[in-house]
Amino acid sequence: MALDRWIGLILLGIFAAYGYAAWFTMDGSLAPFMQRNPIWPSTFPKVLSVLGILVGLVIVLGLEKGDKPREENPSVIVYRQLREFKLGQAGLLLGLMVAYALLLRPAGFVIATVGFLVMGSVILGERRWITMIVVAGIATGVVWYLVQVVLGIFLRPLPAFMGI
Amino acid sequence: MLEGILIGLQTAFSIQNLLMVIGGCLIGTFIGMLPGLGPMSIIAIMIPVAISLGDPSAALILLAGVYYGAIFGGSTSSILLNAPGVAGTVATSFDGYPMARDGKAGKALTIAAIASFCGGSIGAILLMIFAPMLSSVALLFHSAEYFALMVVGLSAIAAFAGTGQVAKAIMMTLLGLIMATVGEGALFNMPRFTMGLMDLQSGFAFITLAMAMFALPEALYLVMDPARSKSGQSGDIKDLRITRDEARSIAPVIGRQSLQGFFIGVLPGAGATIASFLGYAVERNIAPEKEKQEFGKGSIKGLAAPETANNAACTGSFVPLLTLGIPGSGTTAILLGALIALNVTPGPRLMVDDPQIFWAVIISMYIGNLVLLILNLPLIPYIAKILAVPRNFLIPFILFFTLMGAYIGQNNATELLLLVGFGICATILRFADYPLAPLLIGFILGGMLEDNFSRSMQLYDGVSFVWERPMTLGLLVIAALLVILPSYRARRARLRARGVADGD
Repeated sequence: MALDRWIGLILLGIFAAYGYAAWFTMDGSLAPFMQRNPIWPSTFPKVLSVLGILVGLVIVLGLEKGDKPREENPSVIVYRQLREFKLGQAGLLLGLMVAYALLLRPAGFVIATVGFLVMGSVILGERRWITMIVVAGIATGVVWYLVQVVLGIFLRPLPAFMGI
Repeated sequence: MLEGILIGLQTAFSIQNLLMVIGGCLIGTFIGMLPGLGPMSIIAIMIPVAISLGDPSAALILLAGVYYGAIFGGSTSSILLNAPGVAGTVATSFDGYPMARDGKAGKALTIAAIASFCGGSIGAILLMIFAPMLSSVALLFHSAEYFALMVVGLSAIAAFAGTGQVAKAIMMTLLGLIMATVGEGALFNMPRFTMGLMDLQSGFAFITLAMAMFALPEALYLVMDPARSKSGQSGDIKDLRITRDEARSIAPVIGRQSLQGFFIGVLPGAGATIASFLGYAVERNIAPEKEKQEFGKGSIKGLAAPETANNAACTGSFVPLLTLGIPGSGTTAILLGALIALNVTPGPRLMVDDPQIFWAVIISMYIGNLVLLILNLPLIPYIAKILAVPRNFLIPFILFFTLMGAYIGQNNATELLLLVGFGICATILRFADYPLAPLLIGFILGGMLEDNFSRSMQLYDGVSFVWERPMTLGLLVIAALLVILPSYRARRARLRARGVADGD
């Protein structure tokens, strides 16, 4: 089974769970006066879940067939090329993004961002340390100034233990 | 209408808004030139900036400028590097890149700029004519018709997804719709599908979703597939002039493609991509035999056609957004989200309630086109230097800007984790060839769709509004046909190919 049908199966599961919530569990807590309404909070989700399950079945069972191979479109990626892809780098960068999300508040904007930009370049194979640190430092300063001073959105610059 | 135009002129020519147009076009060109970053990613990144401006006209003008700039920048990288940033400029590279290889890069860029300018300007004139007409019709609509109209819009997007793709596009739309039901809606004062999590109480944030659906997967692809981000010296760009003969030969092409592109752009789901490919194909078919040979080898007509068509289509896609409040493409969906965040609801009332926004956007389209022509074109040789920025520096910055965009919109670090999670899902979905734009459009329309549905249910005390209102029924029938017809025709074509006789 091709990847798109496996994903279809997962989506089918999501819609089934969603439908279960809409049909069986949601209405329990509905206030009596709202039950006299023609429309309940669960009405629209019920419709969506039925449609979703139907379309999901169409995908999983492969009822709709494409009659031509994919167009010559550079924005389309063929997942069979997956082995040629640099998945490791992508995974590391995603991990770095998660680390950034977790460190942004405790470590402060300046440290987190300089670290993120430098580490990102390192993961991609860059080794010119001085250039990286200078570029990252300037960019961090500019973005902090734009966000905090120009846009007026609070960004804590320094680590939490150093005040503000 | 004249009054409206005057209000628009007054708003658009304020110093602040002029700077917005110029800034937007420059930023758009700058980023749009980077291979792999399309207008959707750029607009998604710019949204927090636009929203924090606080003034809806200025925000929309900025974003529209970015949109134009990005398309112009995208054609520049198609011509110079044969690396189209977006699907909409793929057709540009067919003839643009051969021209650049022949040392006529300057001329190719000029033709692209002029074609874009004409396509965009003619599109804006058509928008001025058609949008008020459509919006006066739309004022007759009730919530039942609105509901039906949105269903038509959503199914048209699915129907234009191409053979073998209709079910996937519908699936993505439905996924967007169910994501829109998460959280506490205005209609019922109860949280739905939050699984008891406080963070989901207000639903998913639109900016986070937009970043995760477009900007992040693009950046990840650049990482995974280094061939996509080939950077290099674009060589010297000189001799930007075109001769009078050349101008004369592309003039009819520009005229035809402006009209065709605009009307394709108006259709929901068919956007700049379809318009540019169709424009290229049509011009090749009607060209004289001698010129037909040149297509694909550096024909100026082959370059002018898709460039005109994609800009006209971009302008056309504003028609359903501004008059009906229904976005026909991923980009206009993002614009709609930004407008809603600024407390402006596009739709037929927009012209009546906020004429300054409506007209200022249209006027600023002209200004944007002019800026691209007179400011950007001479600067192109310098802007093209950005193509030489090494990807080792570029990619961390793109990722950082997506993170910042999601963070300053919500000021919440949990949002960043959601961004990464959705980004991974979106990347996997793209691997499996699921279109992502329908998901975002479904997400943005979801709230309005449900509101209108619920209102009609309450007014008619049940679903009887479907058959009691002929227009609603008609629109819903159209929606059903849009979904069923492509698969039916594909099936018949397959049967015929197998030699099975069909009915007629």
